[in-house]
Amino acid sequence: MPNKETYSSQQINVSKLSLIRSERLILSDVNFNIKSGNAIFLRGDNGVGKTSLLMAIAGYLHIGAGEIAWELDNDNEEENSLIDNLHFIAHQNAIKPTLSLKDNLMFWCNLYGGEQMAGVSGTGAERPTATSIKDALKIVGLSHAIDFEAGLLSAGQKKRLSLARLLVANRALWLLDEPTSSLDREGDKLVANLIDNHLERGGIAIIATHLDLNIKNAKTLILKKANQYGEIA
Amino acid sequence: MKAFLSILLRDIKLATSSFGDMLTLVLFFIMIGVIVPIAIGPDKDLLALIAPGVIWIAAFLSSLLALDKMFRQDFDDGSLLAMRHASISFEAIVFAKLIAHWLTSILPLIIATPMLALMLNMNAQILTYTIISLLVGTPALISFGAVGAAITVSLRRGGLIAPVLILPLTLPILIFGVSAIKLGTGAGTQSAALLILGAISLVTVAFTPFASALALKLTQE
Repeated sequence: MPNKETYSSQQINVSKLSLIRSERLILSDVNFNIKSGNAIFLRGDNGVGKTSLLMAIAGYLHIGAGEIAWELDNDNEEENSLIDNLHFIAHQNAIKPTLSLKDNLMFWCNLYGGEQMAGVSGTGAERPTATSIKDALKIVGLSHAIDFEAGLLSAGQKKRLSLARLLVANRALWLLDEPTSSLDREGDKLVANLIDNHLERGGIAIIATHLDLNIKNAKTLILKKANQYGEIA
Repeated sequence: MKAFLSILLRDIKLATSSFGDMLTLVLFFIMIGVIVPIAIGPDKDLLALIAPGVIWIAAFLSSLLALDKMFRQDFDDGSLLAMRHASISFEAIVFAKLIAHWLTSILPLIIATPMLALMLNMNAQILTYTIISLLVGTPALISFGAVGAAITVSLRRGGLIAPVLILPLTLPILIFGVSAIKLGTGAGTQSAALLILGAISLVTVAFTPFASALALKLTQE
């Protein structure tokens, strides 16, 4: 399994957030706070805005009202932006069928800055090192297929490959949109393990899922249709 | 820089792995050069006269044909979204994709230009000017194309709308591109046209990554 080096302490504050997409109010007055080492499950009916909330935190959506603040506890030197410190695993796998698994993952590793780009600010020594391509594929259970074309993979295997992206570059915030979709039971455990490991290292995870993943330090945020309050259970 | 190069290499790799697409594009380009002499008739002088225009039309139409490839697949499979939080800016990524697109869609056309020259009865000097004119002008052509492709990437028939959208913007490129080839239009006209063409290219290439990236970001909202 990957190393145990940690991210520096940080937190994300979401206050009175409202989201508007296509002139329709999707979410209103969402409030939560999440600190290093914790996870939040987003739950709610289909279409309630789980993906939209994840996209808003990632900075892809224009925020209607409210605030999403990301704070590093001991950082005064560098300007950091949230967008460089997150992983977003969306519905779509972002996999190129004509490239091999290795090339697919290598590309994302290079693009996300691989080992040079850590999840946190600070000197090189403080930064957690990322897992190698080979190890990452081994962890998600695809080491036998490293040179296969990604087009040959099944839907579940593709999901595993996209989850491997989480491992090749260290980023403190994981935004996972249905990470267990089309995975088998072993896959569900794998996702829970990955998240647990990430939290142990001081990472943060926000997960939209309908499954009961067995994760310590996890809260649940139930999203309701706009104009009702989102609550932390 | 590593991230920038990885985009460039990946796009080139993806383009060469679908070699058929590349070949189709080149054949389309050559096809126009085959059709024109047949349609015009065997008047060698006339052909030589209109050759620069025909070559630019061929390059123009072929580049429109390839436009849709620039962002469509990455948009559909979620790659573009995943590129949003890369270690380099999204604008830089779009710029890398622009360069890769030029190398894989336009450069093959320029390499195939001598075949067109043969069909159109061009002499060696004109051919040289043509190639220079294409090298200088095509970056502007695909820059405008990239903006069009970015705006229409979420539309299912965007491939057909983008060319119509950018057509008016590309007219100066055609005008100066052709004047940069034609001889005997007066002293200095040709090199002046080439300089203006170069200026258009530099300006559009500098602005396009920002415009396209913005269009793509808005599309993803």
